[in-house]
Amino acid sequence: MTENRMGARQVELEVLRYNPETDQEPRYQRYSVPCKNEWCVLDALNYLKDNIDPTLAYRWSCHMQVCGSCGMMLNGEPKLACKAFVRDYPGVIRIEPLTHFPIERDLVTVADDFMAKLKRVKPYLIPAEKRSIEEGEYRQTPAQLTRYRKYAMCINCMLCYAACPEYGLTKSKFIGPAAITLAHRYNQDSRDGGRDERQEEIATNEGVWECSFVGACSDVCPKHVDPASALQQVKIASTVDWYLEHFMSWVKK
Amino acid sequence: METIKTDVAIIGAGGAGLRAAIALAEADPKLRIALISKVYPMRSHTCAAEGGAAGVIKPDDSFDHHFHDTVGGGDWLCDQDAVEYFIHEAPKELLQLEHWGCPWNREQDGSVAVRPFGGMKIQRTWFAADKSGFHILHTLFQTSLQFPNIQRFDEYYATDLLVDDGRCQGFTAIEMRSGQMRRFDAKAMIIAGGGAGRMFPFNTNGAINTGDGMALAYRAGVPLKDMEFVQYHPTGLPNTGTLLTEACRSEGGVLLNKDEYRFLQDYGMGPETPKGKPVLKTMELGPRDRVSQSIWHEIQKGRAVKTPWGDCVWLDMRHLGEKKIDERLPFVRDICISYLGIDPVHEMVPIRPVMHYMMGGIHTDTNAATPLPGLFAAGECACVSINGANRLGSNSLVEILVFGRRAALSAASFAVGVKPGNEAALAAQAEASQARLRELFMRSSGKERVAGLRKEMTDTMEEGAGIYRTQEGLDKSCNKISELRRRYQDITLHDKTNVYNTDLLSALELGNMLDCAEALVMSGRERKESRGAHQRLDYTARDDVKYLKHSMAYFKGLEAPRIDYRDVVITKSPPGVRDYSGAKK
Repeated sequence: MTENRMGARQVELEVLRYNPETDQEPRYQRYSVPCKNEWCVLDALNYLKDNIDPTLAYRWSCHMQVCGSCGMMLNGEPKLACKAFVRDYPGVIRIEPLTHFPIERDLVTVADDFMAKLKRVKPYLIPAEKRSIEEGEYRQTPAQLTRYRKYAMCINCMLCYAACPEYGLTKSKFIGPAAITLAHRYNQDSRDGGRDERQEEIATNEGVWECSFVGACSDVCPKHVDPASALQQVKIASTVDWYLEHFMSWVKK
Repeated sequence: METIKTDVAIIGAGGAGLRAAIALAEADPKLRIALISKVYPMRSHTCAAEGGAAGVIKPDDSFDHHFHDTVGGGDWLCDQDAVEYFIHEAPKELLQLEHWGCPWNREQDGSVAVRPFGGMKIQRTWFAADKSGFHILHTLFQTSLQFPNIQRFDEYYATDLLVDDGRCQGFTAIEMRSGQMRRFDAKAMIIAGGGAGRMFPFNTNGAINTGDGMALAYRAGVPLKDMEFVQYHPTGLPNTGTLLTEACRSEGGVLLNKDEYRFLQDYGMGPETPKGKPVLKTMELGPRDRVSQSIWHEIQKGRAVKTPWGDCVWLDMRHLGEKKIDERLPFVRDICISYLGIDPVHEMVPIRPVMHYMMGGIHTDTNAATPLPGLFAAGECACVSINGANRLGSNSLVEILVFGRRAALSAASFAVGVKPGNEAALAAQAEASQARLRELFMRSSGKERVAGLRKEMTDTMEEGAGIYRTQEGLDKSCNKISELRRRYQDITLHDKTNVYNTDLLSALELGNMLDCAEALVMSGRERKESRGAHQRLDYTARDDVKYLKHSMAYFKGLEAPRIDYRDVVITKSPPGVRDYSGAKK
């Protein structure tokens, strides 16, 4: 079965290296790695680390597209290294850390800003009505679940921040796709009543109004979360809020 | 050395660590909680769990059923007082997660849906498609963000516990970003460091599952319990070892040999059930140990499917249809296509058993307390034991919640009234920990390399401590692991810089795995019976006279551990026969 997958070939990797203790600035290092055709780029990096250069630093863990650790730029595109396959790269693979983030070392970026943004949008259920454990579960129909489930699939891999031109242009002021999508996920949850609190963060100039709807976030999302659609829905909802407040203040939101 | 003072410190920020942190924050808003992990919380391996979490909620179910499924599934090595506590807490914890926003699958009326799982008499597995662990982890992480008294230390790697005056008082850790060592002082500590599956070459575990938490406690004198019980999950992708959830079978997928015959009926799990209509506790819904062992036998008999990645059997899900697969098993479909180029909607998937879970771990009691005062443990790194000789699928996602919270409550009450420690003694220990690292860092003459030793270790574990074991194989493994632990003393780093030094980290992780591996093979060698996941070709029967006992491995430095035994707590279910044959019902 699938014999061709077992084939092997030398793959050239051009990897960005930067160690703040020893390097003035980032540089590229070339490696030639014997890869099986079925390998993902992460397998190639692991081979490289174990057999050629143990000093290379990168993050990884699950090797199954769910922990979100191994986001990096492959030939200029943000990808999960465990979801990109060497067979799809006939030439040299240029590997760089996710763009728009400071480099901590080699392919490891500083994630502080992203982590702060996640926290800022209050990504937790603020119950519309409190319920004790003894009262059992909140009822939520499959249709209500479907309204937000897609937006709950984000693995925090940060690829969408690397793809987002606004995040780069605003020097990281923009709250960005994943965090706004996460806020939207809770806003859309039938159990939640915290939308007004979150809107204060996301329906702002640093929030959705910074988004120019390029849609690059959704293009690169490895989990098909579609942040672009979440951001558009937030824009529409906050526009409606504005009209309700200014012209129809007697109508309850 | 910078010292961080805290009330309760938690090592590990996966499901158990996060649950503990939230329970502590809720118990007392003034408590200073330090949550330390070598990775960001969302990267923890809880995220890879797929199938679901068991808790009694439906009217046709009962606590008694969950109790007996768990105890029988564990081949009577579970401590029944712990199981009793566990099953009663389980539904509350799952409801709590629901209240925090976990996207559990629902029935049409909006109530929580459950699915069947292996070894369970009644459907009781709550699930969020086939990403249950992922949703549990993210729900917990996001919920934790609202508590200002949870201070996170992401990407800190714990190196040693500080033990003085007969109690655990903190630990040392490397801040990976700077490479600097920090000392953490804590009135009480919880270890929630996860599993150790990376000891094995073919496993479902993430790179981070290197037994760090187990080794920390072990080296501080806490015994590791039942380490020989290693769960092989029946359905791993043959090339990468990626997990295909048990839900593949509970939703109706079947296992076939090369002749497309459902062989499980030949191993006491028949009679054959209609394809696509699974019957609880029968055929493909047998427990993991039995199903993995049957695959092993089928391969021995020459009825395997030959693949470039070794001998396999088929997992056939085609009859489920595209709609059901996309609704219930979308991730499984994704993974099969990505890594194998096979779409389970249209083709059979070759699979083979893969090392998945450690039933054993840090010895704890039902309060999640270890014998070392001030130290508590929860999750896969701990062994309380509700899993006994074989864990039932969908019990571990509940275990992290129930005992994560339990550890938090115990730690919080222990912390009350704890006096500050002896500064000089703690400082000296922290210095010693740093000196040990510096020595490793500066060593230049050693001949051994991390990747080389690791390869020898994983090969040894597979050969000697796999699904079936023998005296000869275990003897060899014990000698080999002992040799590797000596050679480890001579390991040399390539990378001598400070910032995010993964060469150093890999070396420390390897040291931890070797410690765990030795406890595992030594405990296995001494257990001369077959029980649950510990199967011996030379002692094929269960021996309740000699071995209805927990193995306890005590660290002895470079010498082999001392193996002792501890009675199993039996409250209401005396050892009996494990029956997974539908015919007898």
